[in-house]
Amino acid sequence: MPRVKTIVITGFGTNCEVESAFAATQAGSDVTDIAYFSDVTAGRTRLADYNLLIFPGGFLDGDDLGAAQAAALRWTHAKTRTGEAVIDQLKAFFEAGGLILGICNGFQLLVKIGLLPGLFGRYFVRELSLSNNDSGRFEDRWVTLAANPACPCVFTRGVSRIDLPVRHGEGKLIPNNQAVLDALWAENLVALQYADPATGLPTENYPENPNGSPMGIAGLTDPTGRILGLMPHPEAFNHPTNHPGWTRGETSVLGTVLLENGVAYLKSST
Amino acid sequence: MLFRVEVGQRPDVRDVMGEKTARKIKNELGLAIGGVDLVRVFTLEGLDRDEAEALLAAHALHDPVLHVACLDPLPLSDPAPDFILEVAFRPGVTDNEGRTARETAALVLGLSPGRAEKAAVYTAAQYRLRGVADLDTARRIGRDLLANELIQRFEIKSAAQWRAEPGFAPRAARVTGQASDDVAAINLFAMDDDALAAFSRDNVLALSLVEMRAIRDHYADPAVAQARKSAGLPTLPTDAEIEVLAQTWSEHCKHKIFGATIDYQDREKGLRTSLTSLYKTCIQGSTADIRRELGEKDFCLSVFTDNAGVVRFTDTHHVCIKVETHNSPSALDPYGGALTGIVGVNRDPMGTGLGANLLCNTDVFCFASPFHQGELPPRLLHPRRVFEGVREGVEHGGNKSGIPTVNGSIVFDERYLGKPLVFCGTVGLLPVTVTGRPSHLKKARPGDAIVMTGGRIGKDGIHGATFSSEELHEGSPATAVQIGDPITQRKMYDFLMRARDMGLYSAITDNGAGGLSSSVGEMAQDSGGCDLDLSRAPLKYDGLRPWEVLLSEAQERMTLAVPKKHLKTFLDLAKEMDVLATELGAFTDSGVFFVRHGEKPVARLPMDFMHHGAPTMHLSAVWERPETAATAVPHVPAGEQGALLRRMLGRLNICSKDYVVRQYDHEVKGASVVKPMVGARRDGPSDAGVLRPVLSRPEGLVLSHGICPKYSDLDAYWMMANAIDEAVRNAVAVGADPDRMAGVDNFCWCDPVESEKTPDGRYKLAQLVRANLALAHFCRAYRLPCVSGKDSMKNDYTGGGHKISIPPTVLFTVMGYMPKAHTAVTSDFKTPGDLIYLLGSTAPECGGSEIAAEMGFTSSAVPHVDALAAAARYRALHAAIRAGLVTACHDLSDGGLGVALAEMAIGGRLGCEVDVALAPTAGLYCGPAAMTDVEMLYAESAGRLFVTVRPGNRAAFEARFAGQAAACLGRVTDTDAVLVARGERPLIREAVADLVLAFTKTLSW
Repeated sequence: MPRVKTIVITGFGTNCEVESAFAATQAGSDVTDIAYFSDVTAGRTRLADYNLLIFPGGFLDGDDLGAAQAAALRWTHAKTRTGEAVIDQLKAFFEAGGLILGICNGFQLLVKIGLLPGLFGRYFVRELSLSNNDSGRFEDRWVTLAANPACPCVFTRGVSRIDLPVRHGEGKLIPNNQAVLDALWAENLVALQYADPATGLPTENYPENPNGSPMGIAGLTDPTGRILGLMPHPEAFNHPTNHPGWTRGETSVLGTVLLENGVAYLKSST
Repeated sequence: MLFRVEVGQRPDVRDVMGEKTARKIKNELGLAIGGVDLVRVFTLEGLDRDEAEALLAAHALHDPVLHVACLDPLPLSDPAPDFILEVAFRPGVTDNEGRTARETAALVLGLSPGRAEKAAVYTAAQYRLRGVADLDTARRIGRDLLANELIQRFEIKSAAQWRAEPGFAPRAARVTGQASDDVAAINLFAMDDDALAAFSRDNVLALSLVEMRAIRDHYADPAVAQARKSAGLPTLPTDAEIEVLAQTWSEHCKHKIFGATIDYQDREKGLRTSLTSLYKTCIQGSTADIRRELGEKDFCLSVFTDNAGVVRFTDTHHVCIKVETHNSPSALDPYGGALTGIVGVNRDPMGTGLGANLLCNTDVFCFASPFHQGELPPRLLHPRRVFEGVREGVEHGGNKSGIPTVNGSIVFDERYLGKPLVFCGTVGLLPVTVTGRPSHLKKARPGDAIVMTGGRIGKDGIHGATFSSEELHEGSPATAVQIGDPITQRKMYDFLMRARDMGLYSAITDNGAGGLSSSVGEMAQDSGGCDLDLSRAPLKYDGLRPWEVLLSEAQERMTLAVPKKHLKTFLDLAKEMDVLATELGAFTDSGVFFVRHGEKPVARLPMDFMHHGAPTMHLSAVWERPETAATAVPHVPAGEQGALLRRMLGRLNICSKDYVVRQYDHEVKGASVVKPMVGARRDGPSDAGVLRPVLSRPEGLVLSHGICPKYSDLDAYWMMANAIDEAVRNAVAVGADPDRMAGVDNFCWCDPVESEKTPDGRYKLAQLVRANLALAHFCRAYRLPCVSGKDSMKNDYTGGGHKISIPPTVLFTVMGYMPKAHTAVTSDFKTPGDLIYLLGSTAPECGGSEIAAEMGFTSSAVPHVDALAAAARYRALHAAIRAGLVTACHDLSDGGLGVALAEMAIGGRLGCEVDVALAPTAGLYCGPAAMTDVEMLYAESAGRLFVTVRPGNRAAFEARFAGQAAACLGRVTDTDAVLVARGERPLIREAVADLVLAFTKTLSW
């Protein structure tokens, strides 16, 4: 059985690396390392040594110039000490069959680098963005998510509904044009949608949909299903007591299930 | 050549932030305008036109899905704005986005390090205002809302002016100045008393005449003169030495009032005593006694010595805590002041022991009503602007640093108009050992390099918030207030934690008040001296004299002692991680604080004189109980009690703070167990925060607080007692073990030293004495050691013929422990049928209460705390919680019984039936019949909690409270109504939905 080796990338304002690594370990990752972006440029860490890559949440560069904007340019333009383009390592990692999970700020990064949505195989093109919530505010609240059963995403397999916290100010999906939005839906790249907890149905109503994202889009995959980007924080639901209703007996499948699915996929692949 | 890039929203993308700005203008200034288009402006310096165009082509400063960007002014929208208002920073003010833009531009363009160093980007915000009638209105929007002229400037063009000449001229907010190594000698010997006092005043040294004389006498000592001569220094003190002494001996650093000898007269009891140092006796002394009593169970490790107090947590980790205030800066620039406050206190745990991982924040604010009407005294900002600025500053400081805000509150009193209080606290987590060394200990050793990490040094914060004439010039830095930079600090923190775990340094401390002078001065006490070379210090700009480099309070800096053998590894790792780190000399055992600029001596102070040479203050305090003309409690007919409850729920000190709470990340780190808002709809208030600091372990950390300035006018003794009791009770309510709590005391006082300005100083000092006596009494009674604390003593405002002194305020924070976080309890009703118990006695104590303020009566009956009874109650409750007997628990504080009951119903979205006639009451004089309905419902007697229990656990629960003041008042119901009766008489019948509305509407912004 293949070993699952997880790398969690941090630095420059990322701040959810510890709980993301913890969630990966809980989910059965055999090796889990936290590495700074500078470890990659220093040649201390190579993405090729891993098969699960997590871009955790945080405030890369303080959201200056827009969430993850400066970091996307850093990934695109930075070189390692030996002159290798960092972006080539990322391309090679993905082409080699690795899984990529981008959470919140990590999702924003994936979108701005252009790894998502990869519509019709168009990678490293910016087709959409994540921008200011309709409220104009950063908000921390729990949401209910409905998973799209027709979506090829390996992380959401078998999940129908899950409760998770959102903690962001820029989570509203903005497509470059209507055609992009239509294609996301037609190609089943919408992995997760904000849902009304009473009905379980996707919603555009505040606050069940905390940012005004069209069609309640909370998470996207790419056509291979090996990349998931989502605004809510699965790693922050790593224990039953994280749920805001746990003292009332409320519960949901833990957020770590997404990582368990990723780990199971890697272990079952040959 | 400067280039301006304007970045606006794409027309097909909704301008959410423009809409938000228009809403702010309406809400905060009462101006309904037509709308705002928001444009970001980047002024590029040190790049040519091709490079500027290349940046646009690479989408370096904008997102093509969202924005349009142009090197020319963007066209006006249709309908056109009436005025275009642009806000930019003044020179020297931290421009975080400008820094990120510069770094991004350098990377995208592949600039050489030399060119990158010379390039700069300055940001500005352009507001295109529609539906603004005239220039005066546009100016008012700029002055009173969008720009703070202390740190920003703004320009306005009308639509007509814009059409004639589109755009604004490019401006670089660059600081200009000449490099300098000037050191002046100050001839104190030639000064008489008047001249000494004048010198202190004119140079904003805040040294008293006694202290100025002590300095003069030190230099007059022939032995000192001889030593200085041989070291190449003048006999006379240098400017740097005077500044260092003024800083080291300042009230802020030395806590002279807390260290003073006080002649205390209690005229009420006819007692007169001399107290030596309130700090040493009441605070340190009581903690030492408690630790002795605890014996082997003592869980304190390092108290009152380091930047934060350290206590044991588990066998693998310790926790440490520090709470600071940042009041004056927040008064001047609420956003920057509060941001700097939170990011600043983060550095305390970071600089405790060998450096702690940051775990969580707690924030408490004191403001005047945001609905304040009427004329504001000169220089004061409207309280709503203060509220919003502070809220946002702490939001950015906490969220961007990735530290959850797990606890907090906002206290309102009109006197905080004169000075808002901004308390920011941070808890850190230390592994028990680091590379085999105990992590809570550190020591700089002779020969270790002095290394500064983090940001560069500017004139920031020199002499705090004093205005110098220099600031009026265009090219001089705005130093009065700073803006924190959470990302520079985060990068430094990432690096330091790695360096810690590699064992690369022997000691670390933060740079706060007093900058290098203070951080190096403190660490040099370990080794016995230092040799500090200021010429190596990285500067933001030229124009700082050596003493300014030494005293600068520029943020985001830590000072470390790095053994020579690790220096290269340390500096290389810093460079790799994009963190500035500079060697500035060495720690020595010379017994001298020695500072130079290159080869030129700047300061040479004997360590002993610097740290222990300040004369003790002698002060006098007189306590006379203030006369309070008690007026009768108004009668409320039963039919109007429901409406009164709703009014109470809507009061500023009681109402929901959901608006603020949701904008603070309270669960980053994935450790959250009890959040600030709880219940079925997550909108009931919780009593304290609970988290699991070590994700793989079950132990819980509890963070709570108490703050009761409303009692200070009656008796600061009971103010302190109530604050401690409230903090303990809040922690116990969620499940903390009352025998494993650590306290933190933060005093904010008005000036308590009698003078012409403060004729009532002896009374204010007596209030301080009494608060300290209460702290000693009640911490002992609860066996609650204080592990850290701070005081801020001059929270007064004078201007325009007004003097406003804040009410004496103490924030008492409790850090608690629970062995199993999953036994935590929340305040919301859980299940219909659960029995509702009231623990603790109710007395007609309405002095200083919310009900008295609501109904406009006065009472001198300040709540007393029966600590022995309360401690027994808390222990019994804790045992009941551990045994799983408690389904909900909530403390009774602001608004007493009525409000607490309503909050539990709101949280659970369940009704209840309660008979208040069954409530335990205290004493003979105030039996149930002697109390009015209003007193029963809203008195704020201390030590009380509501608890719900499953009917089947009734006997087991009651057995634990045998002989205590506890009674079952009723039960939770499956209706949606809160029913309160007194015996046969119904008092309140309110639908839960109406209570929710009353609770949430006041601050539903």
